[in-house]
Amino acid sequence: MIELKYLSKTFQMKDGAVKALQNINLTIPDGAIYGIIGMSGAGKSTLVRCINLLERPTGGSVVIDGVAMETLSPASLRKRRREITMIFQQFNLLMQRTCLKNVCFPMELAGVKKAEAEKRAMELLEMVGLPDKANAYPAQLSGGQKQRIAIARALATNPKVLLCDEATSALDPNTTHSILTLIKDINRKLGITVVVITHQMSVVEEICDSVAILDGGVVVEQGSVQEIFANPKTAAAKRLVAPNGGSAARDLSCFAPDDHVVRVTFNGSSTAKPLVASLAAEKGILVSVLSADTRDLSGQCYGSMLLKLPAELAVAQQAMEYMRSQSGVTVEEVTGI
Amino acid sequence: MNIADYGFAIWETFYVTMLSTAFALVLGLPLGVLLVAGDKDGILPLPGWLMHLINIVINILRSVPFLILMICVFPLTRAIVGTTVGTKATIVPLVVAAFPFVARLVETSLRELDEGVVEAAQSMGATPFQIITKVMIPECLPGLISSMTTALTTILGYSAMSGVIGGGGLGKIALSYGYYRYQTNIMIVCVVLLVLMVQAFQSVGTLWATKSDKRLRK
Repeated sequence: MIELKYLSKTFQMKDGAVKALQNINLTIPDGAIYGIIGMSGAGKSTLVRCINLLERPTGGSVVIDGVAMETLSPASLRKRRREITMIFQQFNLLMQRTCLKNVCFPMELAGVKKAEAEKRAMELLEMVGLPDKANAYPAQLSGGQKQRIAIARALATNPKVLLCDEATSALDPNTTHSILTLIKDINRKLGITVVVITHQMSVVEEICDSVAILDGGVVVEQGSVQEIFANPKTAAAKRLVAPNGGSAARDLSCFAPDDHVVRVTFNGSSTAKPLVASLAAEKGILVSVLSADTRDLSGQCYGSMLLKLPAELAVAQQAMEYMRSQSGVTVEEVTGI
Repeated sequence: MNIADYGFAIWETFYVTMLSTAFALVLGLPLGVLLVAGDKDGILPLPGWLMHLINIVINILRSVPFLILMICVFPLTRAIVGTTVGTKATIVPLVVAAFPFVARLVETSLRELDEGVVEAAQSMGATPFQIITKVMIPECLPGLISSMTTALTTILGYSAMSGVIGGGGLGKIALSYGYYRYQTNIMIVCVVLLVLMVQAFQSVGTLWATKSDKRLRK
């Protein structure tokens, strides 16, 4: 378990102090995939570097499995770091070593015998799907392949925690997906706790169980991914969940004043039941979808839709009543300019 | 002057240059590493005043003209070699002149390294010594080879100057036959031979640096 207690980090610059992190309190349970999300400059990278003490916090404590990291001697901190490994946006592979030697590197540092290290490195290369690249140099690989090698390297010392610092930010969407799938697999198979630092909500959505939103060096919101998606409370959270200024909040001036337009918000209703279709099938009411921005999070629907209801008032009211009777759905009228 | 004399002069120039570069590397490499590692943000931060002092000493040694430096280090030369004249005696001033230069070249090469790679090694629990020997130097090897080639050619130039204090080699022949006895043709031959040596060193160095760089392999 990783516990951050009142964690602060202040950088002393020439033109004054910069408070990068202030009073961060987070608990990351064992085996979780925990997201830390924020815009550029929110302090995400500083935060993750405080976990393995690449950055030394100026206040508070980092407690991992009951041990306060900042109290460790340099030697025991180095030993501890073998259990808390890290992957990076820019991969940070050793360019003058083959992939196999890169994966062997942390074991070499730890004093593992060469033959043993190479055997384990080959197993890890199998695991990340690149056994044929053992003797290739990183310069010969694509971005996604480099990150796979970096992941294999990070797993070499049997870590308990894997820190991912913007690990997919330099990759294209397809490659991002495959790397995230690999990370998820590793989490499930090996039970490694994963901390994911990102600025992309899609990454959090795809693999994280819980998420903390960082804004200006402060955790403004934290909770399960479903909770945050359904009900982002702070401006920072809303910006990340709906980067285009609010889901389905279109310019309404194009509708006639007597149109019945409603915003339907889904707060975790089941995606198994198609709302618009069942309205048509059960009540015989046809509505048109003006816009929709919904997401499926493990079988539950979040987001909102703008629907145009029939012009007849009675029918429109019947439709609204029907939709309100569904669980996890709220309906509000937005007619009128 | 016959072919054998030229051959011997080439040999003297060659071994003085090689030995001096080797000794300069032995002193300059650790010093260059120290300049990078001891930095405020380095892997082994040293007190600011110490880094300042090291930098000043290096700059002083680098700014004294070689001819004057050769004479200044006579006591050191006598202490190490036993004499202040002759081919062997020129190695001492050459090393003293070259090692601060080598340290700067090493420093420049090492600063090229992406900080992220060092950070990655730290995140894996590498000691500062492991970072130096397993990350910084191997990752910068192609640049270091190029730097050493530059150092070698510069020391070759200096070694020609050491004819003044009785050092052997092509420089001495150019000086004593070409300059003092007005035998311009001998001087030209020596200069051409020096040019060829520089060309050869540079070609070998560049080829070696390129071959060793795995970033360029496709």
